[in-house]
Amino acid sequence: MRRTGLSILLCMLFVPVVVAAEKPLKKASFLPQWSPQAQFAGYYVAYKKGFYKDHGIDLTILQGGPDRPPLLFLTEGKTDFASSWLSTGLRWRSSGHKVINICQIVQRSALMLIAKKSHLITTPRDMDGKKVSLWGDEFQIQPRAFFRKYDLNVETIPQAFSVNLFLRDGVDVASATWYNEYHTIINSGVDPDELRTFFFHEHGLNFPEDGIYTLEETFKRDPSLSCAFVKASIEGWVYAFSHPDEALDIVLRFIEQAKIPANRTHQKWMLNRMKDLVVISDSPGSMGRLQQTDYQNVSHVLNESGVIETMPEFKSFFVWCDKDVEK
Amino acid sequence: MWKNRGIAFKLILSTSVSSGLIFLLVFALNYFSSLKIVVTDIQTNAQSLALSKANMIETILSSTQKIPETLACFLENGSYDREQILRILREIVEKNPEICGSTIAFETSPFEGKSSAFAPSFYKANGKMLFSELSGDSGGYFTSDWYQIPKELSRPQWSEPYYAGGGGNMLLATYSVPFYRVVRGETQFMGVITASISLEWLQNIVASIKVLQTGYGVLISKNGTLVTHPLKELIMNETIFGLAEERGDTKLREIGRKMIRGESGFVPFQSMGTEEHYWVYYTPIPSSGWALAILFPRNELVVDINRLTWVVAILGILGLSLLSIGLTVIARSITKPLTTMAMATQEIARGNLDVELPLPRSGDEAGVLLSAFRSMKDSLKDYIQRLTETTASKERIESELMIAHDIQMSLLPKTFPPFPDREEFDIHAMIHPAREVGGDFYDFFLIDHDHLCFAIGDVSGKGVPASLFMAMTKTLIKATSSGGIAPGEILTRVNRDLIQGNDACMFATIFFGVLNTNTGKIFYANGGHNYPFILRRGNEATWLEGNRGIVVGGVENATYETGQAVLESGDSIFLYTDGVTEAMNEREELFSDDRLRTRLTLLQGHAPKELISGVAEEVAEFSQNMPQADDIAMMVIRFSGKRNG
Repeated sequence: MRRTGLSILLCMLFVPVVVAAEKPLKKASFLPQWSPQAQFAGYYVAYKKGFYKDHGIDLTILQGGPDRPPLLFLTEGKTDFASSWLSTGLRWRSSGHKVINICQIVQRSALMLIAKKSHLITTPRDMDGKKVSLWGDEFQIQPRAFFRKYDLNVETIPQAFSVNLFLRDGVDVASATWYNEYHTIINSGVDPDELRTFFFHEHGLNFPEDGIYTLEETFKRDPSLSCAFVKASIEGWVYAFSHPDEALDIVLRFIEQAKIPANRTHQKWMLNRMKDLVVISDSPGSMGRLQQTDYQNVSHVLNESGVIETMPEFKSFFVWCDKDVEK
Repeated sequence: MWKNRGIAFKLILSTSVSSGLIFLLVFALNYFSSLKIVVTDIQTNAQSLALSKANMIETILSSTQKIPETLACFLENGSYDREQILRILREIVEKNPEICGSTIAFETSPFEGKSSAFAPSFYKANGKMLFSELSGDSGGYFTSDWYQIPKELSRPQWSEPYYAGGGGNMLLATYSVPFYRVVRGETQFMGVITASISLEWLQNIVASIKVLQTGYGVLISKNGTLVTHPLKELIMNETIFGLAEERGDTKLREIGRKMIRGESGFVPFQSMGTEEHYWVYYTPIPSSGWALAILFPRNELVVDINRLTWVVAILGILGLSLLSIGLTVIARSITKPLTTMAMATQEIARGNLDVELPLPRSGDEAGVLLSAFRSMKDSLKDYIQRLTETTASKERIESELMIAHDIQMSLLPKTFPPFPDREEFDIHAMIHPAREVGGDFYDFFLIDHDHLCFAIGDVSGKGVPASLFMAMTKTLIKATSSGGIAPGEILTRVNRDLIQGNDACMFATIFFGVLNTNTGKIFYANGGHNYPFILRRGNEATWLEGNRGIVVGGVENATYETGQAVLESGDSIFLYTDGVTEAMNEREELFSDDRLRTRLTLLQGHAPKELISGVAEEVAEFSQNMPQADDIAMMVIRFSGKRNG
């Protein structure tokens, strides 16, 4: 069923290609929020397969990394489009930056807490009084909301990029993403049945993550550019999911170009998990659409957490390209 | 199917199969016990090699550990200022060539005028000594593994190996020791002292592990990361578990888990990447939690065994082939003569005794059989030839005897009634020689109108000589008989004539008589013969009384008396030879005189012909299936008297 859904979607998306190919290419740039990996497979695949060119865009994909906050780069005009978490986008929007979400790629939160069963943690309540390592900024919003929800008093310590502290039992619970750290832990010799996982989306804290952001101003100046970018990106994702081996080859080439150690097994896991997170419905056309309920849930939690003071209006924050706009 | 197969086939198949099985058994036993010996050997070697390498690594690591540990001891117990710290740190890096960098990272700076973080660091780069101060805020050393892990675990730790400066080529590992100070009775975490070493030497040690051509050593970190591996692209880029996942190799993952848990072991292992079979010995490097594995290539290690196995297998197959060839030769040496003989037998059965048989080539059983068969064929041929000849001569003799028989029979009067115009007497006689020709005879003739001579005799012996003697005797009797000579005289003369030239010493018993056909008076003489019976009407049969006399032709100058008797009208005289009374039945009983007399008494009054056939039937019935041993002759003369007188 899912495959059928994807195919139909793919067919629909290819329709405007013929029309768009005639036009002169528009220059644009895109910044992912991290260094090249399968988390951004759709964009790299769309780039390599020429989907952006087909939609009239001469795209440059900038290299992301921890020292390159995408929304900062966006507001400073260093990129036209950026990938960022919904919570980050909301924070920026509510703090007065005119950033808008034009496509919500990751619909389901990959963020999770993970514990070893040997530390006697099986329910959220078992975390009480335990040592939990957390990443910074937006990565703390869901865990802290989770602790509030279950009324947990935990000792938090900062967590860097490795999971070694967790592996060596320096903490009881660590932060992780389903597509990345979880797999790193498994591939450091811990068996899945030795672990207890707490997915936030299973605890009423589903924060849609990676989305495409641009400036309101950029969108208004040339809506068709933004919409073309979104369409080409979605095509890229659909293609990546239906051609995983080819997509992995493409992603690995980008990783090698960035001189980062490339591990195909890990990227394969990541791409498969991205499919779980991106394609949550069989209905064609649902991909990329930010659900208002998700939006309200996130903004509510953010507001509660004191991250944002005002909740931006959904319609002004999320702009979905329908056919009218493209014309 | 099996039943109809040839001896050679059965012999070769059963022997080959059984010796093949024995060979396989010995072969397998040999192979597996050799393998066991080799494996035990390899395990010992593997263990000592792995342990010696692990010890080598352990020694270097633990000597490195001493430096930050000593410094920690100093910082925990002594007093120092900033300059001292920097000088000591510099000296550590300078004076220990193996250490390429060292840091003292404070949780909070113990010196005034500094921000909360303080982490002076000396390190070597391109042969120069460099100094830097690390920052402690967000993204700084507080959350680095080398600082955070020993701090949280409150014990020294070796870091995971890492590349210097992120993308550099130099592989480093850092040993971090947390240090504390007791303030007002409370142990307070002060910071972490590190010493970093290049792992080039370690990579060299492990890379130097070469087992034959394809065996190698692998070092994995505590997380399972491949620190050394013959495949460069895997180094620091893949964990043993990632490799296991990629290859779908759960066994590899299990080995990896045992390795990072600090276990040792020796296990067989097949690489899902190269398909190569190995034996793996793994052992931990205890101080760092890393583990060393040495892969012993199975194929290369068992190459000698395999070669030996091949040699044994080839020898075995060769031996089996030789055995089969030998068996074929032997079996053929048995079956070939058999086949030839079988064909020859069929030929012989068809009557062809000239069929060629091969000469026996050996003295074994088959050869002996062939020899015997050859001589049997030859004897058979001879025998049949002789038989053919004998049969031919026997047939000739038989035909001659038949002629002799016919002649002898023709000598005797056989037309009955012989004198149909004479009513005063009636004669009937019968002779039945035991063989074609016999010695018994009878005769009767008229010497004048009123005198009938009659004789019955039995020549000693049987067959042709007896018949010739009989013929001579009969002729003599007939020649001698004439009117006026008494029967006694006639026998005396016959005796005399027979004795002359009787070189064969043959003799005959003869009863000779003359009947006066008018009066019924009988003159008679007996030459050793059974007395005939007189059958008088209404009376029992009685012997004709008189002297028996001696055999004719036996004694020179023997004389015979003449007796006389009178037959009344209706009386008969029954003459016979001893073939009648001495006929035997199956119980070897004689027919006997009594039985004859009884029978004659019963038959008296019958015509001569009926009387003779009655006795003959009685004798035949008595002797039944017993072959006739002696000639039988019987004669009856019935006197009726004168009808007209």
